[in-house]
Amino acid sequence: MLEIQQLSKSFGGVKAADDISLSFADGSLTAVIGPNGAGKSTFFNLITGALRPDRGRILLNRIDLAGRSPPDIVRHGIGRAFQVAHIFPSLTVHETMLAAVGADQRRASLLHRRFPLAETRERAEHAMEVLGLVGKRDRIAATLSHGDQKLLDIALAMVLDPKVLLLDEPTAGMGTEERWRMIDKVYELWERQKITVVFIEHDMDIVFKIAPEIVVLCYGRILATGTPDAIRGNPEVIKAYLGTEQHAETAL
Amino acid sequence: MSELQAQSAGERVVEPLGVPRIETKTQRSRYLDVLIALAAFAVLATLPFLFSSKALLDFVIRCSAFGLFATSLNLLVGYTGMISFGHGMFFGIGAYGFALIMQRTGVPIPLAFICTLLLTTVVAAVIGAICVRLKEIYFAFVTLAFQMLIHSMILSWVSLTGGDQGLRGGIPRPVFFGLDLSNYVHLYIVSCALLVTGLLLMRQIAQSPFGYTLRMIRDNAVRASFIGIDVWRAKLTVFVLAALFASTGGIIMSLFVSGAYPEFAFWTISGEGIFINMLGGVTTFLGPMVGTVLLLILNDTVTRLTEYYGIVLGIVILFFAIGLRRGLMDFAVEWYEARRARRTTATG
Repeated sequence: MLEIQQLSKSFGGVKAADDISLSFADGSLTAVIGPNGAGKSTFFNLITGALRPDRGRILLNRIDLAGRSPPDIVRHGIGRAFQVAHIFPSLTVHETMLAAVGADQRRASLLHRRFPLAETRERAEHAMEVLGLVGKRDRIAATLSHGDQKLLDIALAMVLDPKVLLLDEPTAGMGTEERWRMIDKVYELWERQKITVVFIEHDMDIVFKIAPEIVVLCYGRILATGTPDAIRGNPEVIKAYLGTEQHAETAL
Repeated sequence: MSELQAQSAGERVVEPLGVPRIETKTQRSRYLDVLIALAAFAVLATLPFLFSSKALLDFVIRCSAFGLFATSLNLLVGYTGMISFGHGMFFGIGAYGFALIMQRTGVPIPLAFICTLLLTTVVAAVIGAICVRLKEIYFAFVTLAFQMLIHSMILSWVSLTGGDQGLRGGIPRPVFFGLDLSNYVHLYIVSCALLVTGLLLMRQIAQSPFGYTLRMIRDNAVRASFIGIDVWRAKLTVFVLAALFASTGGIIMSLFVSGAYPEFAFWTISGEGIFINMLGGVTTFLGPMVGTVLLLILNDTVTRLTEYYGIVLGIVILFFAIGLRRGLMDFAVEWYEARRARRTTATG
């Protein structure tokens, strides 16, 4: 279980995360929503070690990860994909997966053997298969389509066998059809891998359709948490983010 | 599927991100690399018996020194994306360290060689620990600052280094394993052996899992840290490894000139390393070696013809930078691959 306790982070006078306390059950699927500047990405950056919290604890299976480095947090089982795909543009899809598995197996510093390592192949193949990238294994990452680059970014997080997967706007920059394809893939991934998935999303159609749990952030604070029905009917959420009740109905 | 095919299939292709892809397609086994290295050494070793020209042997020895130096710089520049303007300091440390140890202690040459590499490791680890935390231009200029610091120390510590006159008086060369380095052919053979062994080791580094870690760091250091790679440690490791090969280049140079001079640690040596990489190219393993040969040929011919060596070199660099927009080997490989792709499209 991932538990966040009283997590706070300020930039000057701006509170980007203000006393956030949440828990994500094992195997849960949760959407984090909120207006621009609500602190959603900061929340992910704090959990994954990209930012150091001013206060609070991040407990993964009771181990406090607050303030640790990203590699350390990754090794404890928190994987992450980024809003803008973070890939290795000069490597092929296959090489990317093999190198990532090698890093996870703590073999990234080996000097006496040749890349790729035989023991990395199986997991790399599996990750490509799960994300539907097998057909593009020999493509150089920089030449992939935007959607495939996002998939590769997710595959990079997935291949590390995380206990918790954080996806920062997996559908950002995609057309309607591509968005649904991506979100179907995320849902399929969640069902198949049985891991905890937390994702940030702006498309309310997607959020209300697939997320059993929703967290609403606003000005760095938790505005509401609950099921889609509870969030949809929450007057504070409607006022701060969804707009009007009518808009919420339309979104549904 | 090629990029072109992907476009024709209607996929939206994202523009390449401007990061060169370094020779990852050819996955030769290390045994083949060893065979190639042995063959190269055999060819080089026969040269003194085929040609009586001492100038040719001189040229190969200098190529060995600068080739090791430039290829080690490419481990930083091309493979890891760390542009060091101060890599020449390790060339200088190698030359001075080895010459001083031999002059002052008279230990056997292999022991002096090892001690020089140990000294380089310590210096590189200390400087690297400070520098590799820095990003791009800051890294470049702080390494340059360290190089100037070491150069200044060499100039001002006259009692140890000989100051601006350099370390004179020659380097003692006791015979070891039947090799007498005061014999010119022996020196040549040892230089070639060091070059080939150094290149082979660097090739192994480049093609190892660690080599791919370096490529990942160069492409996207943030992502690399988020798949569990300790970026600082990897950068420090390659900084020290590259320093060791640069230092070996300096040792060869000190044996060649039988001494050490402040120019070996001056910033222009680092500049020449960058020039060599620009000339030869950074996306193929042997690019810097080709660049070394080019630069030394240019150096030897142009200085014979004109005193305006710098102007000619500048024009050549401009031709590569603005005309070809890449090094010679990069250009050759791209041309070959484009030709092969055209043939495949035509036949397929």
